[in-house]
Amino acid sequence: MSLDISFIGILIGSIMASSVPLILAASGELITERSGVLNLGVEGMMIIGAISGFALMVITDNLFIAIVGSMFSGVIISLIFGFLTQSLLTNHVATGLALTIFGIGLSAMLGKNFVGIPGKEFPILFSSLRESIPFFGPILFGHSIVLYFAFALPFLTNYFLKKTKLGLVVRAVGDSPVSASNQGINVTLVRYCCILYGGAMCGLAGAYLSLIYTPQWIENMTAGRGWIALALVVFATWSPIKVLIGALIFGGITILQLHMQAIGFRIPVQFLSALPYLMTIIVLVVISRDSRKIKLNTPSSLGRIFYKEK
Amino acid sequence: MYKNFFKYLISAIFLLGFSVNSNADFKVGFVYVGPTGDHGWTFQHHEGRNAVEAAGIKTTFVESVPEGADAERVIRQLAQSGHDLIFTTSFGYMDPTNKVAKDFPNVKFEHATGYKREHSNVSTYSARFYEGRTLLGHIAGKMTKTNTIGYIASFPIPEVIRGINAMTLAAQKVNPNIKTKIVWVFTWYDPGKEAEAAQALIDQGADVIMQHTDSTAPVQTAEKAGVWSFGQASDMQRFAPKSILTSIIDDWAPYYVERAIAARDGTWSQQDTWHGLKEGMVAMGPYNSAMGADLVKEVEQLQKDLASGKVHSFTGPIYDQKGNILVAEGKVADDGMLAGMSVYVKGVEGDIPK
Repeated sequence: MSLDISFIGILIGSIMASSVPLILAASGELITERSGVLNLGVEGMMIIGAISGFALMVITDNLFIAIVGSMFSGVIISLIFGFLTQSLLTNHVATGLALTIFGIGLSAMLGKNFVGIPGKEFPILFSSLRESIPFFGPILFGHSIVLYFAFALPFLTNYFLKKTKLGLVVRAVGDSPVSASNQGINVTLVRYCCILYGGAMCGLAGAYLSLIYTPQWIENMTAGRGWIALALVVFATWSPIKVLIGALIFGGITILQLHMQAIGFRIPVQFLSALPYLMTIIVLVVISRDSRKIKLNTPSSLGRIFYKEK
Repeated sequence: MYKNFFKYLISAIFLLGFSVNSNADFKVGFVYVGPTGDHGWTFQHHEGRNAVEAAGIKTTFVESVPEGADAERVIRQLAQSGHDLIFTTSFGYMDPTNKVAKDFPNVKFEHATGYKREHSNVSTYSARFYEGRTLLGHIAGKMTKTNTIGYIASFPIPEVIRGINAMTLAAQKVNPNIKTKIVWVFTWYDPGKEAEAAQALIDQGADVIMQHTDSTAPVQTAEKAGVWSFGQASDMQRFAPKSILTSIIDDWAPYYVERAIAARDGTWSQQDTWHGLKEGMVAMGPYNSAMGADLVKEVEQLQKDLASGKVHSFTGPIYDQKGNILVAEGKVADDGMLAGMSVYVKGVEGDIPK
C-alpha cells in the first residue's frame, strides 16, 4: 500500500462520502425519536427519496428540483406514517415496518421506467483546491453541497435540541407527553412536525445515493442502510454528535476493510466484513457508558402512543 | 354392486377433472435472489421467464428472496399453490429446494448453479461462465498497464473461485507478470458497497476491474476513474460506454422454454445441465473498439475455439498457490474438478475465506 500522506487524504475523503447517507438519515430519525416517535420506516423513506430524486432529475434535468423533490417525497411518505400513528393511533413498530415494505415496493414500481438510465454528473465544490493542496485538499474540498450539509447537520441538531426553545419542546414531548400537553403544548402537532422532518432527511439521504454516490436508479439500492442508520441512533444514545462519530466509524471501517483485502492482509475476510458492525457498536457503547447522560438523552416515552383525552 | 359402480364413477370424474385441470393450469414459478431491475443476474433470469410466458405458459415469480429460511418458505408456498415446475435461481437455494422437493414429489424443481439432486424431481443447471472469464482474462492481460487486475467477489463458492482462476490463467498466458487482487464483499447485490470495493481496488493500483456481483455500480465507478471494466450477467455497455470492454451475458431463455414445455408435456426428467459458449447459454457483449482491431480478432478466435472445444479454459499445467500441480501438462480439468473448485491457482493474491 502506498502509505503516503496524500493517499490517506483521498481515503478519508471517500470515507466521508460513504458516511453521508447514514448521517442524514440518522440525524432525521434522531429528531423523530426525541419527540417520542419510533419510525422504523427509515429504509422505506430513503428508497422513496432515491427514486423520486432520480426520476425528477431525468424528467426535469434539474438537480436542484431533484434534491428538493426527494425531500418533499420523504415528507409525503412520512405523512402517511404520521397520520396512522398520530391521528389513528396505530402501533409505531408495526406501522414503521409496513412503511419500509411499502416504500421498497412502491419505489420498484415507480422506478420501472428509470432502470438503465445513466445518471448525471453532480457538481462538486472547490475541485481545484482539492487537487492543489495535498492531504487536506481531498478531505475538505471537492465534495457535493449535500456532503457539507450532512457534516454540519449533527452540530445544528445538537444546538437545536440543547439551546433552542423549540428543541426543549421536542424533548419535553418525547419525555413526558402528558406533562407537555398539560403545559399547553400540542403534542400531536409537534410529533407530526418531527416525523415530517425525519422523512425529509431520509428522502435526502436516498437522493444522495441515487444522484451523487452511485448516480443511477436500481431497485433496492439503499441495501439496508436505513436499518444501520436506525441502529446508529440507538447505539449513539440519541446524541447527534455520537451519531456522526458512529457513521464515520462505520463508513471508515467498511472502506478500510476493502482496502485491506485489496492489499492482501492475511486476516480472515469474514472477520473483516463483520468489523464495521462490531467496531461501531463497541466504540459507541464505550463512549456512551455514562448512564446519567444516557438517561438525559433517552426519550422516555419512545414508541408509546399518546392521545389527549377530551 | 351399485355402490362400487358409483365409487368408480366418482373417482373417474375426479381423475378426469384433475388431468384436465393439470394441463390447463400448468404453471411455472420462479424464485429470484435480487430484484428484476438489477440489470444483471436476476434481470437475465427474468428475461428467461418472459420467454416462457411468450411460449404460452403461465408463470409467476417472487423477487428479492434472501438465501436461507425465507427461501424455503417461498419455494414451499409456490409448490403448495399449484405450480408444476419451479426454477430456483441462486446457489443458496440448494438445500431449501431439495427439502421442499422431498415433500412435493409431483412438482418438478430446477435449481441454478447447484450440485445437489437428492430427489428424482430435482434437476440442476448452470452455465460455463468460466469460458467467458477466460476471454475477459485474455483481454485484461493485454489491456492492463499496471499489471494489476481488480476482482470484486461475492461469496467463496466454487462458481466464483472458478471464475477467478479461469480469468487469472488466461491473463497469465498473455502477460506473465499479472497479479489478481480480490476483494470479497459478501453480498450479491449492494450497489454502494460494490462501488466502494471497485474504488478500493482502483486505489490499490488495479486498472482493469471485473466483478462477480450483480449490480452495475462497479462499471460506473470504473468509468468515473477512467479504468477498464467488464459487464457481468447482462450487457452493461450503456452504463459505462468508454470503460466496458465487453460483457459476459447469461442467456437462460432457450433452456427455460425447453424445460417448461417438457414438464407440461410430461417428458421432463432429471438431469444436470452445464452449457457454455457452444450452446449459447454464455454469450459475449460487443467488444469495445478501444481494444484495437488485432486484439478483437484474437479474442473472437479464442471465443470460437472455446465454443468448439479446441481450447479449454483449464488446460494443464496448472499449479495452486503453493506450487503443487493441479492439472498435469497436456490434460484438461474434468467437470468434477471444476464443479468442486476450492483453491486458487498460482498468481492470485490472498487466501480464500473459509
